Amino acid sequence: VTEFQKPDIDWAALSPSLVLMAAAAVVLVVGVLLPRGARRPFGATVAALALIAAGIAAGVLFSMDDTASTLVRDSLVRDRLAEFAQMLVCGAGLLAVGVSYWESRSPRGEDAPRGLTDDGERVSEYYTLLLAAAGGMTFFVQADTLMTLFLGLEWFSIALYVLTAIGVHRLSSLEAGLKYLIVGSFGSAILLFGSALVYGATGELEFGRIAEASGDADQLFLVAGLAMLIVGLAFKISAAPFHMWTPDVYQGAPTPVTAFMAAATKVAALVVTVRLLVVAFPEQQDLWTVALAVIACISLAWGNLAALVQTNVKRMLAYSSVSHAGFLLIPVAAGTALGGRALLYYLVSYAALSVGSFAVVAARERELGEDVTFANLGGFGWERPFLGLSMALFMLGFIGLPTSGLLLGKFYAFAAAYERGWTWLALAGVVATVLSVPYYLGVIRAMFFSPAQLRAVPAGGSPPRDWPLTAAVVGALVVSIGSLIVADPLIDLARNAVESLQFPH
Amino acid sequence: MLTTALIVLPIAGAFLLWLLPWATARAAGGLALLIALAELFLWVVALQRIDFASGGLQLATETVWFADLGVSYKVGLYDFSLWLVGLTALVTVAAVAYGMWAGRERPRAYFGLLLFLAGATVGVFTAQDLLLFYVFFEAMLIPLYVLIGVWGGVRRTAATLKFIVYTMAGSLLMLVSIIALGLANDTFDMTRLATSDNQWIFLGFLAAFAVKAPLFPFHGWLPDAYREAPSEVSALLSGVISKTAVYGVLRIVLPTFPEPVADWRTVVLALAAVGLVYASLLAFRAPDVRGVIAYSSLAQMCLIFLGLFAVNDSGLSGALLLSVVHGLVSASLFLLAGAVERRTGTGELGRLGGMARGRPILATFFITVGVIALAVPFSAAFAGEFLILNGVFVHGWGWAVAGAVAIVLAAMYVLRLVSAVLHQDPGPSVPAHALDLRPAEIGIVGALLAVLLALSFWPAGITDHAFGGEPAGKVTSLVERGR
Repeated sequence: VTEFQKPDIDWAALSPSLVLMAAAAVVLVVGVLLPRGARRPFGATVAALALIAAGIAAGVLFSMDDTASTLVRDSLVRDRLAEFAQMLVCGAGLLAVGVSYWESRSPRGEDAPRGLTDDGERVSEYYTLLLAAAGGMTFFVQADTLMTLFLGLEWFSIALYVLTAIGVHRLSSLEAGLKYLIVGSFGSAILLFGSALVYGATGELEFGRIAEASGDADQLFLVAGLAMLIVGLAFKISAAPFHMWTPDVYQGAPTPVTAFMAAATKVAALVVTVRLLVVAFPEQQDLWTVALAVIACISLAWGNLAALVQTNVKRMLAYSSVSHAGFLLIPVAAGTALGGRALLYYLVSYAALSVGSFAVVAARERELGEDVTFANLGGFGWERPFLGLSMALFMLGFIGLPTSGLLLGKFYAFAAAYERGWTWLALAGVVATVLSVPYYLGVIRAMFFSPAQLRAVPAGGSPPRDWPLTAAVVGALVVSIGSLIVADPLIDLARNAVESLQFPH
Repeated sequence: MLTTALIVLPIAGAFLLWLLPWATARAAGGLALLIALAELFLWVVALQRIDFASGGLQLATETVWFADLGVSYKVGLYDFSLWLVGLTALVTVAAVAYGMWAGRERPRAYFGLLLFLAGATVGVFTAQDLLLFYVFFEAMLIPLYVLIGVWGGVRRTAATLKFIVYTMAGSLLMLVSIIALGLANDTFDMTRLATSDNQWIFLGFLAAFAVKAPLFPFHGWLPDAYREAPSEVSALLSGVISKTAVYGVLRIVLPTFPEPVADWRTVVLALAAVGLVYASLLAFRAPDVRGVIAYSSLAQMCLIFLGLFAVNDSGLSGALLLSVVHGLVSASLFLLAGAVERRTGTGELGRLGGMARGRPILATFFITVGVIALAVPFSAAFAGEFLILNGVFVHGWGWAVAGAVAIVLAAMYVLRLVSAVLHQDPGPSVPAHALDLRPAEIGIVGALLAVLLALSFWPAGITDHAFGGEPAGKVTSLVERGR
């Protein structure tokens, strides 16, 4: 019997996750002791500070880590890729905190409770879960074994399931939570089964060793396992045809939760996908590059075509997120270092645009007290010039017009596909972009070209100033426009982040 | 720095308008007009600074944008692009002044967008990096979309969507071509591009410019957009924005793709010739003033493409001259159409007529611009068309015949337009008390007209002061090789 050896743990490398989880505990425990009125500012402040701290910790680690290293017996990895993703997740979380702050405040006085939290209740739980989800993601992106990968995935997913359903007064929120739980569990189960098959074939859990052992492994099991892993992750990326939960969940979940989920989940899941495929399955790259290219095309087609016919703005944005999953998978499918840079650069501007656009939807929702549709956006742009203009810039950015870094993101993604020799994939992206024009412009048309809705002033008067949300929108604008103008440093960051990966091409 | 200033000044002016709370419409319009005039002044400074003898890229600035793929912010002027920048500055002044005089709702947004559009257009005419060119090319769409969508006519929604979808389809294909060309050259710097014989890359660029110009049969967006836009936006769109396609062909397509150009020449010439005749016939049949101008604009763009793809000195000089002249003619015509519409509330030819009676200035301006538009001998347009036909004659007399037929048709549709608006019996929509052109309108259209007349006297002002530079040098050597 060997003596139990305590693993040597590099606590610094775990600091982002630890900070977030500690803050989650503080919000939950201290929140109970506080008077109701104080819970909201306390929870939001602690959450914001923790996300900033975790982001800074990841940034410091990023600047220190020239070379990748593993920790906790090779189950987690400490490298710049993970730290880049952690910074993005924390940034998205921080903006989401701003969007969340006044979510519970009903637009027409106190008689119509809606939204995620009614006064004082569940506020602490909300921020706790948000921090837990962010903490789970920061852990997830460090995963270096199939075990930690699954652990991280479930960790943040469970937090998100509850967050989705936290608007307990709305049936749609509960329904969305249930759907997300069931479909998400299905995805997780597939991922777990895939992990089991890979483990069965290779006898290894650690990514690098899977690659080493894959030569002698049973190829049938290995490939089946790989396919299931891709499917499981595609659920989280919300790539078609594994996106069925996305529209319902994005629409039903409280909008700040959607904002966070749309940005952060995609970042985390895509970064892990790249790491898993590149590190663990370099031998099978002919298979997974093609598989991802096919999934990308399906997502582009399905997401865009479905988005074209939506009337609800959140649902449209959900399908747009499916289509962007397709765009994001293009560089991953290329399987090159250029593709890696493209992915990370794209994710920065995409995350900013996502959070920003859902934030504006949240603002309109609070103003109207009902779901935001294209019809009831009428005149919004002239009534609220700042939010309207921001939303217009976000929509133009999603198309790839020069109002956000997404233009360069698409440029990089197409360049990666072209460099790989897959011009057809770049052309698929072109077609998808053209298809996406009508629905993104539809938002601008609704906000600026249509006459204002003839509606009585809400009983509670005009909605009060919502500076945390405005700050979040400003933050999203700064990142999305800034990433276009100061592209060079950002691309250097992305290049450093993917340096530790050995891309097959 | 001067080139950067030409781009930044209108854009900065736009932000100034949007951010500062100007109290009145007049103040906002006045500031916009001042900025537009300052832009014109900057252009005059550039005109003095540029050395027409040496050619080549001048007044250039370069800063790294991102080093990863060799993309830089690089702008500069060629002698021929200078004329297109000047056209932009001049028509912008006219458009802003007209908008100010006509009075638009939400003036800060409106004039800001006009200025932003001017800045982006100058950016296209000066960009020397492929990706930067693409960025400016796309940036033009945003103000155009909003300008037509918010201030346009009744059917503006469909018009804007069609316009954007068409243009985006073309320009995204160009993006793929830019990627392919840039990765192959390891740089996106236009001045360091090697020639390419890849016809797919060539076709990607051509797609963008054929939609933007537009070239037949990619003009589906044109009639709606030109009809629904406010008249000064139509003036910019047909007068200036369409010339970005000409610039793109001159600066990128012809120098970079000599072999594909030669291979595809017959196809493009055929499209241009067919489009020329077809658009002229449509202009002849169009039921409204703007329809006539829109289709005549399409015909002129096809004619310019005929000159461009002749790829010889005469054709290129003619194409450049006609681009500038058509820009001024088309802008004047759209502003005059706006003047007619303001007085009668309609643009339908059937409801117009007899407007010359009691409105001598309107009639004089309208006929003068019309006569230049139909390329009467000694007009600047005639000089341009003659050079184009002369250039394209080398490739077969048939092309020149198509061009000549179109010039006859141009006379027909212009005279029909003039007659339907100005002559005959007064139409049901023409009130007897409708005024003649007001001093502001006289000033605006008169300025454009004065430049047109000056060019008619001295077309060599442009043709002798262009193509001293590198792209044309390449083109000329290419033609020599081809023979």
